[in-house]
Amino acid sequence: MSTLLEMSGVSVTFDGFKAINNLSFQIGEPEMRAIIGPNGAGKTTFMDIVTGKTKPDEGRVTWGDNNISLLGLSESQIAREGVGRKFQKPTVFEAQTVRENLAMALKNPRGPFDVLFYKKTKRGAERIEALAEQIGLSDSLTRPAGELSHGQKQWLEIGMLLAQEPRLLLVDEPAAGMTPAEREKTTEMLVEAAKTRAVVVVEHDMEFVRRLNCKVTVLNEGSVLAEGSIDHVTKDPQVIDVYLGR
Amino acid sequence: MNRSFLARNPSVMWFIAILGLFTLLVTVFSEATGTGLISTSFVKTLGKTLCLCLIAIAMDVVWGYCGILSLGHFAFFGIGGYAIGMWLMYARTETIVANSLAAQAIPPTPAELSDAVASQIFGVVGASEFPAIWMFAHSLPLQLLMVVLVPGLLALVFGWLAFRSRVTGVYLSILTQAMTLALSLYLFQNDSGLRGNNGLSGLQNIPGFEETPQAMISMAFFWASALALALGYVLFAWVVSGKMGSVIRAIRDDEARVRFLGYHVESYKLFVFTLTAIVAGIAGALYYPQAGIINPAEIAPIASIYLAVWVAIGGRGRLYGAVLGTVFVTLASSWFTGGSAPDINLGVYTIKWTDWWLVLLGLSFVAVTLLAPQGLGGLVDKLKGKKA
Repeated sequence: MSTLLEMSGVSVTFDGFKAINNLSFQIGEPEMRAIIGPNGAGKTTFMDIVTGKTKPDEGRVTWGDNNISLLGLSESQIAREGVGRKFQKPTVFEAQTVRENLAMALKNPRGPFDVLFYKKTKRGAERIEALAEQIGLSDSLTRPAGELSHGQKQWLEIGMLLAQEPRLLLVDEPAAGMTPAEREKTTEMLVEAAKTRAVVVVEHDMEFVRRLNCKVTVLNEGSVLAEGSIDHVTKDPQVIDVYLGR
Repeated sequence: MNRSFLARNPSVMWFIAILGLFTLLVTVFSEATGTGLISTSFVKTLGKTLCLCLIAIAMDVVWGYCGILSLGHFAFFGIGGYAIGMWLMYARTETIVANSLAAQAIPPTPAELSDAVASQIFGVVGASEFPAIWMFAHSLPLQLLMVVLVPGLLALVFGWLAFRSRVTGVYLSILTQAMTLALSLYLFQNDSGLRGNNGLSGLQNIPGFEETPQAMISMAFFWASALALALGYVLFAWVVSGKMGSVIRAIRDDEARVRFLGYHVESYKLFVFTLTAIVAGIAGALYYPQAGIINPAEIAPIASIYLAVWVAIGGRGRLYGAVLGTVFVTLASSWFTGGSAPDINLGVYTIKWTDWWLVLLGLSFVAVTLLAPQGLGGLVDKLKGKKA
């Protein structure tokens, strides 16, 4: 397992508030990692930094086999490097069909002229069918995404992420608002995805994290409070104090 | 999957068929080529309306599909008109001046001829030399190139600056509005090199076709406008179908999400903005020879706002909607303001439509936006739904 993403000494301040404070973090490939922490611990800001939405005041973020820095890249460049992000609220393009959503996400050249002269290929169509199968939406390919249930939208978004063939998947609260059956299926999808790539799941729900059965990083006040197995961190007195005890 | 583009887009075929039929009818009833039921001036009105439809579908692509509410697309339309107008005016004046100088005993040198043409054209603004921007005015191919090049470059530079700084929404609309206002104010100045508020005139006289009657020239421009509209419609229908259409509609709905999919949103916006500006320029180059005159008032901000109103009333996000809206509003406008609409006597006050038309238009715009966001195009959808 080689290191895919490494953050070291990263700090971000918003109007005097230190959202991220000297944070260091590493993830290998393949690996599944859960990030937990109370509100305001910096989980979302962490994702914003990795995906290029927020630029840190100091620190380094290096990526991949050649240790390139992600800090000078734009959001779309980082996405093309292989970082996929799933938002807390399902964000799919509701006016378009499931097939169109997946086709847009499919790994292909992203320039305007590549897209303008894009020809549908048999391989692409097969890939879309396979993804739809994987996320349980095979029968809904021609439906507008806006008609899907909340859980199905979450899956469609996961499907779109997988279509991008990212090396690192950042997933923000995937189980929020899901029924127990839907959660189980989501867990399966994420565990499956983590076999071949790095997956970071930010989650509040302890039961869900336990089921992912992976290394856990606890954030508090913008830095790492504890790291280890779920049993290890839940026994940590500091973690109990700031997070679990409440 | 490999069906032809037209087979996959039946609405394009319908549109071409209806436009073709309409063109045929006008041809059959025109003064030049048919029974003469339709007057030459009305042929010009129809031809101009087709050009307005062309810029309206461009507006629909940039606003309805890509979500950029540009309130400056008439600037590109006007630039297209000025570019062709420069050649029309130059070439015609040159012929007239050459003819009058030919009577002299000593034939004029090219420099004398050029000076005489310049003082003829710029006399009204107190100048007698050609400004630098007229350097290509003698050549039709070069000026035709300017019709696409100048709007395209302006849109490219303006768009690059605006999109790169992530100016979006109402702020972008205000910027585009400022662009067209600034251009209009600049052209109003006498030393702008484009004859200030006089604008360019006599554009209906086509050099080389002095013997051809206006009825025939109008017909030719009508056909050219219909052809341009048809080609523009097919071009835009192709752009907004398929994956490109998918990506630009996605940008309209949630551009941040599109960025995280790995698409460089700014390039896409720039592509759409520039392409539609070029088409707007071509529409303008066909419009003004039919109108006969262009002046800076044509590119005042209100014109671009009208454009947005046509597209909104016709129904955003569907190309035929933009055409419907343009035809409907311009026809209604000429009916109400042309004195054909009967005044309404309320006893204490008489509603004269020439005064109240703008109020009516404004109210319909608000009503459509609030009550029927699909516009007139929504009616077509309902009809289709009933049939199916």
